[in-house]
Amino acid sequence: MDLGNEVQKILSWTSVCGNLALHLIWLIVHLIINVWYSALGIARVVENTLISSGLLKSYNAINISKVRYLAVVIDSEEARQTSKVLELLRWLASIGVLKKSQTAIIEGLNKSQKATASKIKSQEAIVEGSNHGTLVEHVDLEFVSFADSKPAVAKAANLLFAKHYASTILEKPNFTESDISEALQAVGYGGPEPDLLLVYGPVRCHLGFPAWRIRYTEIVHIGPLKSMKFGSLIKAIHKFTKVHQNYG
Amino acid sequence: MTIQSEKVDLGARSCISSRVDMEGVNGKSVGHLFENISSFVRQCIFSVLNVGPVPSHIAFIMDGNRRYSKKQNLLDGDGHRAGFSALINMLKYCYELGVKYTTVYAFSIDNFKRRPGEVASLMKLMQEKIDELTQEESIVNRLGIRIYFQGNLKLLSDCVRSAAERAMVKTSGNSRAVLSICVAYTSTDEIVHAVQESCEEIWDDIRKREVNNAEGNFVGLKENGKDENEHRVGLTDVDRHLYMSVCPDPDIIIRTSGATRLSNFLLWQSAHCLLYSPTALWPEIGLRHLIRVILDFQRNFLYLKAKKKQS
Repeated sequence: MDLGNEVQKILSWTSVCGNLALHLIWLIVHLIINVWYSALGIARVVENTLISSGLLKSYNAINISKVRYLAVVIDSEEARQTSKVLELLRWLASIGVLKKSQTAIIEGLNKSQKATASKIKSQEAIVEGSNHGTLVEHVDLEFVSFADSKPAVAKAANLLFAKHYASTILEKPNFTESDISEALQAVGYGGPEPDLLLVYGPVRCHLGFPAWRIRYTEIVHIGPLKSMKFGSLIKAIHKFTKVHQNYG
Repeated sequence: MTIQSEKVDLGARSCISSRVDMEGVNGKSVGHLFENISSFVRQCIFSVLNVGPVPSHIAFIMDGNRRYSKKQNLLDGDGHRAGFSALINMLKYCYELGVKYTTVYAFSIDNFKRRPGEVASLMKLMQEKIDELTQEESIVNRLGIRIYFQGNLKLLSDCVRSAAERAMVKTSGNSRAVLSICVAYTSTDEIVHAVQESCEEIWDDIRKREVNNAEGNFVGLKENGKDENEHRVGLTDVDRHLYMSVCPDPDIIIRTSGATRLSNFLLWQSAHCLLYSPTALWPEIGLRHLIRVILDFQRNFLYLKAKKKQS
C-alpha cells in the first residue's frame, strides 16, 4: 500500500511538472513568435517608407485601372480613430485613376464618420510631393455594414417568397443566383463585387463583408489602422495588379 | 476537461493514428522506425500546442495540384493524386491535434468549365478515392471519421453521386471527427439552395395550417393587423438549410498557392474566420504550415472570439 501511494505520488508530481514544462514551452514559443512579428513589423515600416518616398521604382508605375471596385473593411474598435479613418479616405481619393472614377466600399464606419467621408467624396485632392498621383478624380463611396450581409439575404428571401409563394402556385419555383441578385438589388442591398478588399485590423478576416459580393475578391490584410502607411496601400494594389484568376 | 485527460486523449489519438501509419508501411523496419519517430515528435509538438486554444473546425482550399504536376514534370492527373496524399496527411494531423471538423474544397461548380477530358478524369479519380476511403481498413474508418459530401450533388454523374452517398452511409456510425468534402459546391449556390429550402418549408407550414384550419381563408394567419407572409424567412431558417449546417463555422480557412481569394467557398460562414494563404502548392503543404497557422490562431484567439460574440 505504501509503495502504491509512493508510486502514485511520484506519478502525480511528474504529471504536474510535465504540465508546467509544456506551459513554459508554449509561452516561450509564443514569445519568440511575437518577437518575430515585431521584427517583421519593423521591416514593413522601412519598406512602406521607401515605397511612399518613391525610392522603390517598381511601385511608381501601377496599373490602377485594374481596380474598378476597392473595398475596405475597418475593425469597429479601430474605426474609432476618426482622424486615421479620414486620412485613409484621403489616400483612397488620391489614388484615383485619371480617366475613370473608382468606387470604394467601406465597412466599419459609424454615422458621423460616414457623414464626414461623404464630404471628402465631393472634394478633389491633389497629392503633393508624391510620385503616385497628380490631379485626381472624384471617388464614389458606398458604406456597408453587417446588415448588408446575412440580414440582407433574409430580406431578399422574403421578397422571393412573397413573389413566388404568396399566391397559389401552380409550379414549384426554382431559384437561381440571378433571382437572389435581383432580389438583393430590389431590397436595396445590391452593389458591385469588389476586386480587392483591404482589411484594416489585427487579423486577416473579412469581418462579415456581404458574402454575396466577395466570391472572387482578393482579400488582403494591411494591418492595424493606427500604424497604417500609404506605402502598404500602394503595395497591396501593386500586388493585386499581378494576380491572374482562372475562374474555373 | 482537465489537462491530464486532454493529454491522455491526445496520446490515444496519436497512438491510433501511428498504428494506421505502421500498417501502411508494408513491414519495412526502417520505415517503421521513421514513422514512430515522426509520430513521437508530432505528439510532442501537439502536446505543446494543446496548451492553448485549438480550433474546432479547419477548412482547406486545395489549390495548386496542376501547377505541382507541371513543376514536378508529372503526368496529367498525378498532381491530383499527390494532392490526395497531402489531404490524408492533413486529415491525420488535424485528427491528432484534436480538430473535430475538417472541410475541404474538392470541386467547385466553376470547375465544370474546365476541359471535358480533365473534368472526366477528375470525376474518375474522385470516385476511386471515395471508394478507397470507405473501405473497412481505410484511415477514415480507423480514425472514426464521419464523411459528408456537401454541394449540389445532382450535378455529379450517377456513379460519383452513388459513391458519395455510399460513403456517407458507411461512415454514418463514426463519431470521433467529421470530414466535409465540398463537391459541386459554391457558396452562392449553397445560399440559393438554403433560401429555396427555407421558402419551401414555410410554404409547407402554411399549407398544413390551411388544411388544419377548418375556417381557412388565412383568417388564422393574420396577427397584429399584419400579413404574416411579411418577413417570414428568418436568418436562422437560412442558416439551418445551408449544406454546411452540420458543422460549426470554420475557425481557419487555409488556401494554398498564395492566392488571397476565397473563390466562392464558405463565404457565409467565414465572417470571423482567420484566413491563411501559404505560398506552398497544395501537394507541398505540410505539418509546418499547420503549426504556423495554429500559432497564429492562438495569438488572435481572444480577438476572434470577441468578434464572434459581437455579431
